[in-house]
Amino acid sequence: MMFICLVHGTSIFNFYNMTELRIKKELNFAGGKKMLHIETRIEEGTCVAIMGPSGSGKTTLLRLISGLTDAAAGKIIVGKNTWLDTEKKINWPTQKRNIGYVFQNYALFPNMTIQQNLEYALVRNQDKSIVNELIEVVGLQSLINKYPITLSGGQQQRVALARALIRKPQILLLDEPLSALDEEMRSDLQDYILKLHEAYHLTTLLVSHDKKEIMKMAQQVYVLKEGKIVNTGPPATIFKNTLQFHQLTGIIRKIETQEEVVILQIQIGDNYISIPSTKIDTANLKVSDKLVFNASLESWKKITK
Amino acid sequence: MNEAFWQTLLLTFQLAAITTVLLFFIGIPLAYFLANTNSRIKPILETLVSMPLVLPPTVLGFYLLLAFSPENTFGSWLENTFGLRLVFSFTGLVIGSVIYSLPFMVHPIQAGLENLPQSYTDASYTLGKSKWETLLNVLLPNIKPALLTGIVLSFAHTVGEFGVVLMIGGNIPGETKVASIAIYDEVEGLNYALANQYAFVLFAFSFVVLMVVYSINRQGNK
Repeated sequence: MMFICLVHGTSIFNFYNMTELRIKKELNFAGGKKMLHIETRIEEGTCVAIMGPSGSGKTTLLRLISGLTDAAAGKIIVGKNTWLDTEKKINWPTQKRNIGYVFQNYALFPNMTIQQNLEYALVRNQDKSIVNELIEVVGLQSLINKYPITLSGGQQQRVALARALIRKPQILLLDEPLSALDEEMRSDLQDYILKLHEAYHLTTLLVSHDKKEIMKMAQQVYVLKEGKIVNTGPPATIFKNTLQFHQLTGIIRKIETQEEVVILQIQIGDNYISIPSTKIDTANLKVSDKLVFNASLESWKKITK
Repeated sequence: MNEAFWQTLLLTFQLAAITTVLLFFIGIPLAYFLANTNSRIKPILETLVSMPLVLPPTVLGFYLLLAFSPENTFGSWLENTFGLRLVFSFTGLVIGSVIYSLPFMVHPIQAGLENLPQSYTDASYTLGKSKWETLLNVLLPNIKPALLTGIVLSFAHTVGEFGVVLMIGGNIPGETKVASIAIYDEVEGLNYALANQYAFVLFAFSFVVLMVVYSINRQGNK
């Protein structure tokens, strides 16, 4: 089987900046058994979104990479290290694979405070300053002595995210990390993940159903079906026909009327925009209404750094 | 007479304490194994652990008596190799009690471990922690009520055992005569008052112990 290297350029070092996956594993379906068979290469520093119907093998793929589930056959090469090579009988245990794994249900340890949860992840003799650094990045300074049960879902997931990064993993695996959170919190968490993804130069695999989330986070999408990658490409290409990504959601914060012109101040995430409109068009709107509206590129200018 | 009363009670609680400590260290690895294995021997092992629940104690006692007896292979081997005679001895009682109370330690711990989300273990492994570190720092601290239930029930059950003790321990004061045997003994001798003293202590003890367990579980469920 030949592999097509996705990396551009010819330097040998590029080879070391890749994660190579070729894994086979039997999946149990309601209707019988299917073979999960994934062959791909991921460039270091990329965020890859994995989507597909339930039972298509998304979680299994993450578990295979982490070593929590054993592959039937295959190879996992991360940078210079071979984590798995069933032919050569190499199979690193989960503990040795340098990954960060964030679970859908957070999986924080209830018997430990937030600080203890993070400190537990330290490698022996590791500098403790990383704990404070990550606590600050995810904005949890005021909660370090609390127990997980007293935190909101969003806060817990921020702890889980910080905890997964203590060991400075090469690969961050996110298994539908935000699906249990409401829209607003989700958007916040996405920002945190992006920030961390870039700051720590992570290769991230994100299982998600949320097209908006994938558009925002990922450079590459794998669409899985019955254990195979059936479609892959940048999100914009994948969603070309299905996603109306020119739609924005926001909350009206202010309505200013100047004769016949009405200026709506709308909050989108952390940002405010002002949109001019007419009295007639906005007659039914009031402050704190939630809106979905189209963003159009009628006139635009490219920003150069 | 008073001295004998306290001696018997002391022996009873000594037996229960030693049995419980041993069971704690045997029960945790056994429960951990049973909670995590899919091996074919799991049902066999589970059956063996649970046997004392349904078996008349005299049956268990009878086989232990045969095994420990110096006239049989195992018993004579023990005596010749280690100079150990388990029949009618305190050590023999401890071994019998450990086997007899095994399910009371293993079942709560196994159930506790099985009820913990798998993601705790997975998360700990992905953080680079070994099975041992995970068990010690993550799993056991999160099943404290189960551990306590196991400890308390094993202790109480050992205090209350009768059949096994009678079969392999007999009735030697200061060596194998425990409270439940003493009650039987005193009733046989028509000493109802003394029998009542023993009986009352055991009754009160059992009541308090079970109440403690239920209160703790109630708190745990809150």
